[in-house]
Amino acid sequence: MRFRARSIAILLMSTLSITACSSSNSDDSATGTTGAAASCAPSSGPVTLTYTTWIPNIEKVVDVWNKANPDIQVKVQTGPNGNGGTYANFFNQLKAGNAPDLGHIEYDALPSFRVQDGLADLGGCDIVSQSKDKFVDWTWNQVTFGEEGHVYGIPQDAGPMALFYRKDLFEKNNIPVPTTWAEYATAAEKVKAAGGYITNFSQSDINQFAGFVWQAGGHWFGNDGTNWTVSMADDATKKVADYWQGLLDKKLVSSVPPWTPEWDNAYNSSSAWTWVSAVWGANSISSGAPKTSGKWAVAPMPQWTAGDKAAGNWGGSSTAVFKSSKHPYEAAKFALWLNTSTEALTLLNKEANLYPATKEGASLPALKEGVAFYGNQPIYDVFAEASTQVKADFTWGPTMTKTYTDASDGFKKAVTGQETLLKALQDAQASTITTLKSQSIPVKE
Amino acid sequence: MAAFKLPKYAAMLVMAVFTLYFLTPLWWLFIASGKKDGQVTEGHALLPDNFALGENLSDLFRYNDGIFLRWMANSIAYTVGAAAIGTLLAGMCGYALAKYVFRGRELLFNIVLGGVLVPATALALPLFLMFSKVSLANTFWAVFLPSLVNPFGVYLGRIYAAASVPDELMEAARIDGSSEVRTFFTLSVRLMAPAFVTIFLFHFVAVWNNFMLPLIMLGNERLFPVTLGLYSWNTQVNQHPELRALVLVGAFVSLAPMVIAFLSLQRFWRSGLGAGSIK
Repeated sequence: MRFRARSIAILLMSTLSITACSSSNSDDSATGTTGAAASCAPSSGPVTLTYTTWIPNIEKVVDVWNKANPDIQVKVQTGPNGNGGTYANFFNQLKAGNAPDLGHIEYDALPSFRVQDGLADLGGCDIVSQSKDKFVDWTWNQVTFGEEGHVYGIPQDAGPMALFYRKDLFEKNNIPVPTTWAEYATAAEKVKAAGGYITNFSQSDINQFAGFVWQAGGHWFGNDGTNWTVSMADDATKKVADYWQGLLDKKLVSSVPPWTPEWDNAYNSSSAWTWVSAVWGANSISSGAPKTSGKWAVAPMPQWTAGDKAAGNWGGSSTAVFKSSKHPYEAAKFALWLNTSTEALTLLNKEANLYPATKEGASLPALKEGVAFYGNQPIYDVFAEASTQVKADFTWGPTMTKTYTDASDGFKKAVTGQETLLKALQDAQASTITTLKSQSIPVKE
Repeated sequence: MAAFKLPKYAAMLVMAVFTLYFLTPLWWLFIASGKKDGQVTEGHALLPDNFALGENLSDLFRYNDGIFLRWMANSIAYTVGAAAIGTLLAGMCGYALAKYVFRGRELLFNIVLGGVLVPATALALPLFLMFSKVSLANTFWAVFLPSLVNPFGVYLGRIYAAASVPDELMEAARIDGSSEVRTFFTLSVRLMAPAFVTIFLFHFVAVWNNFMLPLIMLGNERLFPVTLGLYSWNTQVNQHPELRALVLVGAFVSLAPMVIAFLSLQRFWRSGLGAGSIK
């Protein structure tokens, strides 16, 4: 099913790039022009906003808002996830002039909407610029792209990463829990000797790999105000790629396709012992490997240098206001309530397992409790700390769907030994540059 | 006689193997949709194990205020409505092309045939932009109206009309004073009945499986057909694993209308295919 979703995404994106070409001629926004943010005046009279997302049970959250705000009613629409079709629909709707007021956009997709000039700049809204300090620094940077005075969305959730590991097996085999990547590699040998794999290397979760690179201080994309730069094989990335290549070469990690029953089974049958994953991964393990309940624990992500405190991020999204919205002020007001108020964050966490992007969100009562599946460890404390350790300067490119596909094609070859991870990343960089050029997005080589 | 029996058994064996081949995935789906919490890797893959189909069904029908039942109703409305009207249109068009000689007949027919070659997927985006212009995107009509058109049905209609409606009979009807429209509805429709069933079934399947058009046209979950609804759940299984059980049992339930349509109409269909093959 993953394959089908992916081919549909590619199909949609290819129709997209056609529309992209035709509309980007006079479009200098691709470069992130600086200038005054749009005005943000409140509308007079009652307003109805439309909001498209794929969060399950979002209706329950929006109902709370609608009851309290009779003058700003929000109509919510849900559908497939972003790459499953909703992003393509947003682009089509922007072109046809019937886009919703607000949309759910993941951080890695936000630049593609910015490049197409589809997002309202909320930098001119006082209520938005005053909220900056409520959000964890790096999430704010994901929605401003580092441009002072401009805001292109309200951070919603985050995916700080940590190490999920089988506490029982590590203890039984006297393997210390790794705190550095070097220790992790040593542990991998011991786990192999004990008859397991330390983890499964994902051949298709390029955003997870990006999380590793993010932690190591790499930068895949940059924008100097005019030109994009692509550096998917910089020194930090090279270090990460070589490291995992080493584990793959020594057959210390398995390479089952992720998110398949086979992959669940590797965890359920105790053949895979750890997973370096995001906060939302806690649910993936507990539902995919029910037999291992109570045997897991969470530790901070292994570090490149002993004593460092750096974490990566995998996933996370924002609530953006589209440029075509006639009510940016009201839309921003709703988006702020949705993503900062304790009542909304509590509901979003309860109904959809979202991990908030705000500083205060980390202390929601539900995120302070011990989790039975993890031996009653209050695991979210680990992620709360990790969230503060994510570097703020990682930028996504404007064509991530294509970049992910290209990199993952190479990764698939790498796990079968036909090429290396580094080569796959270099190839992905080259084809990303080609894609940017074909969409008339200025790029510096 | 013994010499003839062997090939018959062999043929039966081949059929049995193929039947097994086609039914196994369905059986797997049945077993998987009964697994508790969608744990498809738990227990035996092809034997009922942890069987909780009833529980899964009630979860499915209750989830999000019974949105699944709404999707099923939508699918049936899109499919039966479009297939019924589309069949009538295609049948009439095919009949006209077969039975009346007029200038440009072949050109018209070839253009319609050309329509068979254009994949519906390629038309979805242009249709979306057109429907947006008239403010009909994201409505029931956005999916229903484009689904009425069925060039392959026109082709079938023409072939069947040529084969099953004799010119002599139409001539007799004319002499008796029947108008052309009346002749069509009272005489030709009956002669072409097997063809209509065939076109209806083809159209039914095509609309039921049409995925791209609703994906692009619809943003409102309450208008989704069941295919799109299940797909949208399935895109979220990674982060919301509780949806997996619903996707499996939902896929199983969504087969029912198709099975019913085929079982109840296959008798007509067979005779329709037969009638088309003689000429």
